[in-house]
Amino acid sequence: MVYLTRIEHFNAAHRLYNPGWSNEQNDDVFGKCANENWHGHNYELYVTVKGDPDPDTGFVMDAKKLSGLIRDHVTEKLDHRNLNIDVDFMAGKLCSTENLVVAIWQQLEPHIPASVKLHCLKLYETPRIFVEYYGN
Amino acid sequence: MNVSNNKVAVYRKEHFNAAHRIFNPAWDDEKNFEVFGKCSNPNYHGHNYEMVVRVIGEPDPETGYVMDMKVLSRITKEQILEKFDHKNLNLDTVYFRNLNPTAENIVKVIYGLLRENIDPKLELQVRLYETERNFVEYPV
Repeated sequence: MVYLTRIEHFNAAHRLYNPGWSNEQNDDVFGKCANENWHGHNYELYVTVKGDPDPDTGFVMDAKKLSGLIRDHVTEKLDHRNLNIDVDFMAGKLCSTENLVVAIWQQLEPHIPASVKLHCLKLYETPRIFVEYYGN
Repeated sequence: MNVSNNKVAVYRKEHFNAAHRIFNPAWDDEKNFEVFGKCSNPNYHGHNYEMVVRVIGEPDPETGYVMDMKVLSRITKEQILEKFDHKNLNLDTVYFRNLNPTAENIVKVIYGLLRENIDPKLELQVRLYETERNFVEYPV
């Protein structure tokens, strides 16, 4: 079993805001992250799949194909977007890095070829803050 | 010891996260999209900006400092981070009401704000990373 990781990135605006709360409560909990005019990040996404290298190619999975899947199903929908407004699969969800990584898993997992398993997503919001998700 | 070149460069790194949109209000949406592409998204996008402030001068004979880094840190926080961090550069700052917030223009604004607060006998240069792969410097 070998783990293969592909790194992609996207730049996006967002806001942490719970519409069920007053503005004061949002400010209390989310601080400057609740700024009504948004702020933004350079996100880095690490996608790890696991499998046995194919005897004919030596690949767990063609890394270019993995990159294409991530672009088609994830980064093209997120890059240079407002995560709260522009992204259908984040509609109605709190725009935290935690919720975003789970939503990205749901977008990507159905498209991963049967010969490998999606093992882990690691999503950096800043170079100092990241989350990991293993699908459970 | 020959002290003809006794200058030393000192650097301070800071970061801020902000939203922006590259947009020329004199153009229609189509033309903006043609020139600026996805950077002109009307709902904004954002970056983790990294800033490197370089100050050059001769170390003071009494302190050994080119500039007290705590002072440089305070000036940077007050003049830049408090104004830009977790803000929308187009909407929340006064500097980009009539100026496109490209990395080029942002670095010039940052330089101007810092220059006013740093001893004129010290040289100053700012490098601004918009992403890990795109960065600008001013003045050059």
